[in-house]
Amino acid sequence: MISLTHVYWLAGGCFAIYALLTIADKGQKRRWSSAAFWGLLALSMLAGDYLGDVGNGLLVVALVAIAGLGGLTRGSHAAGEAAAEGEFRRAGAGRYGNKLFLLALVIPACALIGTFLFKRIPHLVDPGQVTLIALASGVILALAIGYAWLRPSAIAPLQQGRRLMDAVGWAAVLPQMLASLGAVFALAGVGNAVGSLLSMVIPDGSLVGAVIAYGLGMALFTMAMGNAFAAFPVMLSAVALPILIHQHHGNPAIVAAIGMLAGFCGTLMTPMAANFNIVPAALLELDNRNGVVRAQIGTALPLLAVNIALIYWLAFP
Amino acid sequence: MWVLLGIGVILLGFAFRFHPLLVVAASALVTGLAAGLDLTAILAAFGRAFNDTRYVSVVWIVLPVIGLLEHHGLQERARSLIGAMKGATTGRLLIAYLLLRQITAALGLTSVAGHAQTVRPLVAPMAEAAAEAERPIDDATRQRIRAMTAASDNVGLFFGEDIFIAIGSILLMKGLLEQNGIRLDPFDLSVWAIPTAFAAFAIHAFRLWRFDRSLRARGVRR
Repeated sequence: MISLTHVYWLAGGCFAIYALLTIADKGQKRRWSSAAFWGLLALSMLAGDYLGDVGNGLLVVALVAIAGLGGLTRGSHAAGEAAAEGEFRRAGAGRYGNKLFLLALVIPACALIGTFLFKRIPHLVDPGQVTLIALASGVILALAIGYAWLRPSAIAPLQQGRRLMDAVGWAAVLPQMLASLGAVFALAGVGNAVGSLLSMVIPDGSLVGAVIAYGLGMALFTMAMGNAFAAFPVMLSAVALPILIHQHHGNPAIVAAIGMLAGFCGTLMTPMAANFNIVPAALLELDNRNGVVRAQIGTALPLLAVNIALIYWLAFP
Repeated sequence: MWVLLGIGVILLGFAFRFHPLLVVAASALVTGLAAGLDLTAILAAFGRAFNDTRYVSVVWIVLPVIGLLEHHGLQERARSLIGAMKGATTGRLLIAYLLLRQITAALGLTSVAGHAQTVRPLVAPMAEAAAEAERPIDDATRQRIRAMTAASDNVGLFFGEDIFIAIGSILLMKGLLEQNGIRLDPFDLSVWAIPTAFAAFAIHAFRLWRFDRSLRARGVRR
């Protein structure tokens, strides 16, 4: 049966090849530590289940040490390569035209169709994981079509994948790290502590009060942590599960989905979300580092109010 | 209450610009110690969670395909597509970009556009050019236009991506709810991102329309 393990093998294979390409990249500074970073991610994907909890913990410590001490760098690009690449791309855009968009759509189309189709064959595909398996199938199908149509060299897609992966860098594991931090928070009872703090604020038994506390809490925690991923587990166990879902019987899908989006309103308003708010300010050479955040507040605040109202109206019929 | 120290570590760590991965690790350490766990237990808890949440990082398998397409001119094609739109003002151009960004993000194509890929080389210069076509602009106005362009990219991305079923945040919600005994399909969650997507478009497009008017009003006063 095809399960998530096979998807992890695919991801692990990609990371392993990035590690090998990094070792082979003689022009890259600190290539050995960079290769070790991608190699450790490959190890986690391929053999994480056999490393044991402490082994996985040590793996994370090594990842953090490499990235935190500046050991993760980008691949080198030979001089003059950029101009040739630009020429090649313009030629490709003219030659392949809008069909390029079609190939780009193969992955989302596969993910969508596969999600519904794979459920019909539970003996072949793990029914609990259809979406990710469908996504991986889409990647394989798109690559197959790409090889047949664009005729790149065998390694070219992985070289291009490595170029993008290098640009993402350590940020690639930040979401997984924050999800894991959420688990430690849960173990330590952070949600309960926040919940008992919030319960002093929420009027007892008031549904409106609880919904507002949940929406505002998601936005504020996201601003504090820079990422809605980190805020969500805390607010879920502090307010959403005990009060909104169990006590008031709110629809869990609506409470979770729109609560997350209330958190995204917080992401728009914080310099902690560096990738979205500080990086573009630097890229666009703005004098004010918080210029992008400022431009977003006018959208984020009314949208936060809308989200809180939507949770109240939709989740509690 | 001491376990809340971990949140304090996050706040201070980001405020003082330490490496985010170090900050996260330090926060886990402080939280664990405050809860009375020993080092090995913290290491094991974090390691187990890291292994259990690998699905969050699975999305990166799409990069070889996106990279291959970029190598063959995907971005250049997107540029000529946007460049072909006539009668553009700054506001209208950004509304069109906002819509395009929301739709592509909803289809899971979150990395076809972005601050480095499209905003800096393409959309920001076009937005400035659209304003300059009417009247010359001063530096402060240029900066406002650039900031608004980056903001439109973020709004489009954030309130489009959650409609896609295989995005990290949807999978995170699914995983956490499952830990608490609530089994949901990614599709059940992603469908409820749609009302907010419409609201986000309406609010931000209204602001862009007013932004156009403020640019024009400036021009008249000059």
